[in-house]
Amino acid sequence: MIGIHRGGAVVADRIERELAQQHHILRGNLDISFYRDDLDTIAPNPEVRPSELPFDINGKTIWLIDDVLYTGRTIRAAMGELFDYGRPAAIRLAVLVDRGGRELPIHADAVGLTTRADPRMHVELMHDGAWRVAQRQVKS
Amino acid sequence: MKSMQHLFGIAQLSAAQIDYLVNLGYSFIDVNRRAIKKAPTLRGKTIINLFFENSTRTRTSFELAGKRLSADVINISAATSATKKGESLLDTGMTLAAMQPHVLVIRHAIAGTCEFLADYLHNTAIVNAGDGAHEHPTQILTDLLTLKQAWGTPRGKVITLVGDITHSRVARSHLIAAQKLGYTLRIVAPKTLLPAEIERYGCEIYHEFDDALPGSDAVYMLRIQSERLTDNCAFPSVREYHEAYGLNRKRLNMAKPEALVLHPGPMNRGVEIATDVADSVHSHILQQVEHGVAIRMAVLTALCAGQDEAVSETATEAEA
Repeated sequence: MIGIHRGGAVVADRIERELAQQHHILRGNLDISFYRDDLDTIAPNPEVRPSELPFDINGKTIWLIDDVLYTGRTIRAAMGELFDYGRPAAIRLAVLVDRGGRELPIHADAVGLTTRADPRMHVELMHDGAWRVAQRQVKS
Repeated sequence: MKSMQHLFGIAQLSAAQIDYLVNLGYSFIDVNRRAIKKAPTLRGKTIINLFFENSTRTRTSFELAGKRLSADVINISAATSATKKGESLLDTGMTLAAMQPHVLVIRHAIAGTCEFLADYLHNTAIVNAGDGAHEHPTQILTDLLTLKQAWGTPRGKVITLVGDITHSRVARSHLIAAQKLGYTLRIVAPKTLLPAEIERYGCEIYHEFDDALPGSDAVYMLRIQSERLTDNCAFPSVREYHEAYGLNRKRLNMAKPEALVLHPGPMNRGVEIATDVADSVHSHILQQVEHGVAIRMAVLTALCAGQDEAVSETATEAEA
């Protein structure tokens, strides 16, 4: 199970805690900053951190975890990065919120909440004790 | 945070920009340790390394950094360049810029070469890979990455820097960085190898190596650059220098127990550093080399990246 930094890693930690009693799960986190397709317009985030994949992914089934699924570009970047670590048997995608607005042919295998958010809205997962989804207006 | 168009020296960077580049470099270490050492970050970018001075390590490091990020990298050394046929520096620069590279990495024996060229080459980002005795920004950023890995932050630490300060661009970059980042620099050198008015950098000056060592968190040894020591009065014999200013086991024991040993390379064993010290567990010299590639990846990425900030910072706080 591999969380996408930052939100996806938090969700993956939570799922891991639920499953840890019955299953042994290998955990990793990806920071996809260096695999983005928009470097020409946006500099890497100051909170960029190293990807941590402390196991061999060759031949394994990987569950990729993210908090919010939107355009699909993050997932494309994450899959690109995974293939630089090896050749997994399969990659599945689980997200807590699918907000619609896909720009690539990418689909989640497991979704917590499906909603349709306006493109001008920024959807963010908050986890201050309780989990909630916040929407806020983005400039222009 | 202001993004950079060129990297001339540590002097132009704010503490926040330095932290940003060092953290970016930290994230790149992992890419260099994977089985497949390639990320697509700089796909489609062209980088030209233009070296008027010999350098194996810095040039290789820039070349690997560019290639591991999928950029196309060209190396030009002065020995084979048109400069030998009488072309001026400016014409060489303008000719290369006309071929539309994104980044020009320049090493030159004359201080200020990069700033001079940047005035004429408008669409090319320029990285200073060492200009005379002026600055060497990617080396100091590399050192700061090594210090970040060892300590988290250099703030409040004491670094003792030993050797030919006059001819050292690494020393100059550290003098500037120490003030910006809040670490103490103890400078150890014979008077003949110490520049005038060095006190204005706010460093501590020692002429006796042994006096500077107690309380040092790191000991940074500089190479004696015999190619720059043309006047014979400045430097005693190698043996005499090693006696007075070489780092040996006995001296290392006078520093703090966990003290790091650093060196920008290439080192001269038996001159500024004894072999057993260079190979000891205290030595972080090879980590510096490894981190050099990661830092150059960070610098190239920052220079090729767009000017926009990440989305979360431009969003207005109107929660729905």
